[in-house]
Amino acid sequence: MKVLMCGNEVLAEASIMAGCRFYAGYPITPQNELPAYMSRRMPEVGGVFIQAESELAAINMVFGASLRGVRAMTSSSSPGISLKQEGISYLAGCELPAVIVNMMRGGPGLGNIAPSQSDYFQATRGGGHGDYRQIVLAPASLQEIVELTMYSFDLADRYRTPVMILGDGILGQMMEPVVLNPESRSSKPGIKKDWILDGCKNRAPRVIKSLFLGEGELERLNQRLQLKYRKIAEEETRSEVLYGDDSTIILVAYGTMSRVSRNVVEGLRKQGKKIGMLRPISLWPFPEKELKILSEKVDKFLVVEMSCGQMVEDVKLGIECKRPVHFYGRSGGGLPTEDEIMRELMTIYSSSLP
Amino acid sequence: MDTIFSKPDSMKDVPTHYCPGCGHGVVHRLICEVVDELGIRESVIGIAPVGCAVIAYDYWDFDVTETAHGRVPAVATGIKRTHPENIVFGYQGDGDLAAIGTAEIIHAANRRENITIVFVNNSLYGMTGGQMAPTTILKQKTATTPLGRDPKREGFPLKVCELLSVLPGVFYAERVALYNPQNVLKAKKAIRKAFQNQIDGSGFSIVEVLSQCPTYLGLSPKDAVKWVEEDMLKEYPLGVFKG
Repeated sequence: MKVLMCGNEVLAEASIMAGCRFYAGYPITPQNELPAYMSRRMPEVGGVFIQAESELAAINMVFGASLRGVRAMTSSSSPGISLKQEGISYLAGCELPAVIVNMMRGGPGLGNIAPSQSDYFQATRGGGHGDYRQIVLAPASLQEIVELTMYSFDLADRYRTPVMILGDGILGQMMEPVVLNPESRSSKPGIKKDWILDGCKNRAPRVIKSLFLGEGELERLNQRLQLKYRKIAEEETRSEVLYGDDSTIILVAYGTMSRVSRNVVEGLRKQGKKIGMLRPISLWPFPEKELKILSEKVDKFLVVEMSCGQMVEDVKLGIECKRPVHFYGRSGGGLPTEDEIMRELMTIYSSSLP
Repeated sequence: MDTIFSKPDSMKDVPTHYCPGCGHGVVHRLICEVVDELGIRESVIGIAPVGCAVIAYDYWDFDVTETAHGRVPAVATGIKRTHPENIVFGYQGDGDLAAIGTAEIIHAANRRENITIVFVNNSLYGMTGGQMAPTTILKQKTATTPLGRDPKREGFPLKVCELLSVLPGVFYAERVALYNPQNVLKAKKAIRKAFQNQIDGSGFSIVEVLSQCPTYLGLSPKDAVKWVEEDMLKEYPLGVFKG
């Protein structure tokens, strides 16, 4: 059965379907529907909702619930996510699972409350201090929010690592019909957690920590984390390719921008133009292999973002700069339209004709 | 032969890293004695702060987590709310609780979180080299108040028990000290009460322990203890502020 809900509410309900039983957050636009939904829904399923005094407190409450073995989530938007970075670094260092939602808005600073994709660097480069990575998933529709939210809890538990769901104000606020079907869920809240703190009954006491003062201890932790990140990159990279076999130009876009780009691609295909698209679904790990394969076949890339150019760097790195990579972006609430992308594309397209 | 004095079961049999005359070892032990006496070792979860006591888990023989600086009450909230059957306590210093974590402690208390906080106030930052703490007393010289704390420049000593006791969410707030055996026993009684309150579901309990840091007071262990009794006590009167 299909229901009509907004993205923030869909994400909240999907997390509950995934077994999330702890949520803490601090109000910020454009994600306020999410905590409001949680405040009503969590008590119904025997979970806990807390409106925290700050983002710092919220992420650390999640830290507490997570180390106790509970599936836990917090959500915010750009300025609030900056405040959570300390906590995310500690989650990574202590190897605790958690899901963090960022419904991006314009920045820097207080910016505005319009949708944006300008936290890509922060999300994929670490954000907080130290040698760590977080998995970053970018849904492009409300149905995909359901799927990726459930997947994110599985990933967080499987790899004992923070996972970020990176959306934007549009995805959070828009309404679409979705199927919320707990029958088809892939989520496995039953993953055995033999590392949690629950009182040392019939076992040796456990410690959760990220301080390693002994000679070489921290380097060993970091090496182990890197092995884990390599495994994640090998097994959990996700992307969607459209017309990958015969395109001369490939548009690269994620999330909301991939929806606009898809329309452009389909429109141009109808005119017989050989344009395709790569949509990264996991932003970290980034679909480098898929890009490399495409770079063997196509002439050029055009990256489209609601930012001044962030993911474009990963595209260049992914293809090792073997093909020209163009960029079109708008930021601060500006949204590249189909016409604008089309214009940009046609300029590049005609210059590549013999 | 009867054993009349021994190491608490909850305390590991290892030497601590604390400086000679430091109060942390005593407070660690008091907590372990209380945990043993209340029979809660298998349900207790301790939370270590950032500061000298960060590696308290090397001495406590039960489940312990570390946290980011000042976030102990938030982490405690996440644990206790999801699993009220666990006995959750936070161990915080004056920088952790009264400076960087001021928001977290006030709001955890105000939410009436059913947790126990042991707050060790030694009037300065020990781990980073003896800088001024919010609780540094007036005229006290520290690494960052070389001329002595001047209220015109650095403001006033922060009185945590007085501040928290006005909140309806606080069930119990007491200030104790360690400067003589009688007061150590009183400190233990207060810590025990703060744990018992949690077992009874009474709400937020805090015990502020005035402690001594001979190293950064620049005093011998004996004189440091005397300093707490003669100078620190004037600023921080002992007693029950609530409960």
